Amino acid sequence: MKINKKLFLALYYQMLRIRMVEEKICQLYPEQEMRCPVHICIGQEGIAAGVCANLKQDDYVLSNHRSHGHFLAKGGNLKAMLAELYGKASGCSKGKGGSMHLVDLNVNFLGSTPIVAGMIPVAVGVAFGSALKKEKKVTVVFFGDAATEEGVFSESLNFAALKKLPIVFVCENNRYSVYSPLSARQPKERDNLMIAKGYGIYAQRGDGNDAASVYQITKKAVRFARNRKGPAFLQFDTYRYREHCGHSFDHELNYRSKREFNYWLKKCPLGNFEKKLIKRGVVDKKEIFLIRAKVQQEINMAVEFAKKSPFPEKKEVLTDIYA
Amino acid sequence: MPNNRMREITYKQAILEATSQCLAKDRMVYVIGLGVTDPKGIFGTTLGLKEKYGSRVMDMPVAENAMTGVAIGSSLVGMRPILTHQRVDFTVLSLDQIINNAAKWHYMFGGKMKVPLVIRMIIGMGWGQGPQHSQNLSSLLASIPGLKVVMPATAYDAKGLLISAVEDDNPVIFIEHRWLHGTYGYVPKKMYKEPIGKSKIMKRGRDVTIISSSYMVLESLRAAELLKKEGIEAEVMDLRSIKPLDEESIIKSVRKTHRLIAVDGGWMNFGVASEVIALAAEKGCGLLKNNPQRITFPDTPIPTSHALAKHYYPRAVDICNSVRTMFNLPGIPEKPSVIKGGIGFDVPDKTFKGPF
Repeated sequence: MKINKKLFLALYYQMLRIRMVEEKICQLYPEQEMRCPVHICIGQEGIAAGVCANLKQDDYVLSNHRSHGHFLAKGGNLKAMLAELYGKASGCSKGKGGSMHLVDLNVNFLGSTPIVAGMIPVAVGVAFGSALKKEKKVTVVFFGDAATEEGVFSESLNFAALKKLPIVFVCENNRYSVYSPLSARQPKERDNLMIAKGYGIYAQRGDGNDAASVYQITKKAVRFARNRKGPAFLQFDTYRYREHCGHSFDHELNYRSKREFNYWLKKCPLGNFEKKLIKRGVVDKKEIFLIRAKVQQEINMAVEFAKKSPFPEKKEVLTDIYA
Repeated sequence: MPNNRMREITYKQAILEATSQCLAKDRMVYVIGLGVTDPKGIFGTTLGLKEKYGSRVMDMPVAENAMTGVAIGSSLVGMRPILTHQRVDFTVLSLDQIINNAAKWHYMFGGKMKVPLVIRMIIGMGWGQGPQHSQNLSSLLASIPGLKVVMPATAYDAKGLLISAVEDDNPVIFIEHRWLHGTYGYVPKKMYKEPIGKSKIMKRGRDVTIISSSYMVLESLRAAELLKKEGIEAEVMDLRSIKPLDEESIIKSVRKTHRLIAVDGGWMNFGVASEVIALAAEKGCGLLKNNPQRITFPDTPIPTSHALAKHYYPRAVDICNSVRTMFNLPGIPEKPSVIKGGIGFDVPDKTFKGPF
């Protein structure tokens, strides 16, 4: 692939920033001040970065419980996200959502929710409404491998294909639903691409740990959708390094083999990308140090903002029930 | 009172007219549902809309859950969908989207977005529809914060409340009873709104308050007529909305009559009638002269055979008997006298012909 320095730097910066934010959350989580479930996406940053680099600010994104990376890659406000994790009034959902309900309307990140596959039809509806209004926007919805097992996934593909909606379905296959492996949930012959194609939907597979490849694959899909040729389905293989919910590693549970874990650790989307950039002379170690320092400063300020922000007042329990 | 701008039309015509006027007024409104454009047009409530409004009136895949999500998603970007189900029972497939998304969206994102969605659900009873075609799941939905649930009993309210529902910025569950579709009422031609969350006194009285909604309002009014002959003046209240519940009016009426019968065309346990009585108990129990009573469906699935329906569905006579007991009067032994024509208990009136 031809090196596009600006693009590669952008992808690197995006992945690095997501990784550093997640690591900061993991560092702070044991303080028991972020009192909500967090689903860390360390190891999966390549997909968020590669997909969102293809989107315009007003394109729509919806996501699932593991959405920190998607939120940040779409340009969501970091301060508001962290404040939300701390349950603060300055949080993106005023403390009523938490980590699993992120939103930033400034960049059309329309929300994330933790009901598996629950967001897929909503995203199809966003694309449907957007198309009815004759907007030129594309909608992207992120979900995991388990979401494809839900009936509503198939229902949603069917309607999106029927109406040729401008939507890109992005399946992040990290092989586990909580601790349940793919092998317990799907026949090994199953191929989600064939399922999507069966509905007449454009479908591609890619290595989710290679942000540049994710970018290229998504680029075609987004163009396809934007030109109203129909929806696209993308599946990227990846791996989460941390536990399903929480800040730790979970080797003691023994549901994943050490060998498997190490295989994927060697495929680290950030580390490998960094090595490649250095090797090809896109950045050097000093520049990386400076980028890291800048991101760290931004994160520290955001954490400070979140911690110092006031909690929502008592009356907030009873507000926002009805619009 | 009716005036010269009103004319008598049926409940279903009132729904059709309200829908048509909403579509004409706001280009963001669209109608979607299985059979919306078919030759029967949801019991006649969507007939002709496709011809008038084109692609904004559409049929859909048989996928209730996804299509509810689709309606929600489209409402997030400004559309105002009216999603229609021919049977409330089919809606059960979409409870994930209704409960987890529609009801909570506004709250869980800190009030930043809204879901102006109307879901029409049709409930029905009798004519052998049985366990999966006769349910009234209104109290289930009403128990979910964030939803509004309206159940108009008259053609006038059907139109006024549907227009309110469409113009409301929240998810509104609009429940119609099939036994009401053919009933006539005076309805203005122009657009008008009836407030969601406000009940209506259908008949004033001083002796007992009968509170009901949807079709059971008609049975309650019939009961009140029968009771009047015996010198008992019942006050009949039509809740119109069961969520939000018009607490103030309920308490006001019960404080006047000191007797309460809660009537609901749904199950007894954890139901609307239970909610009404709980409210009265909390806010004014000491004022009641008799134990309040619930007149509802028994706590069983709904039987099919009309021979069983006879013993299942509560009708005016059951309401009368409950009131008579309060006044130490003997009960009316037989049911038939209540329905003129006496053709049975599984149809609303003698004009009704199957299939359902």
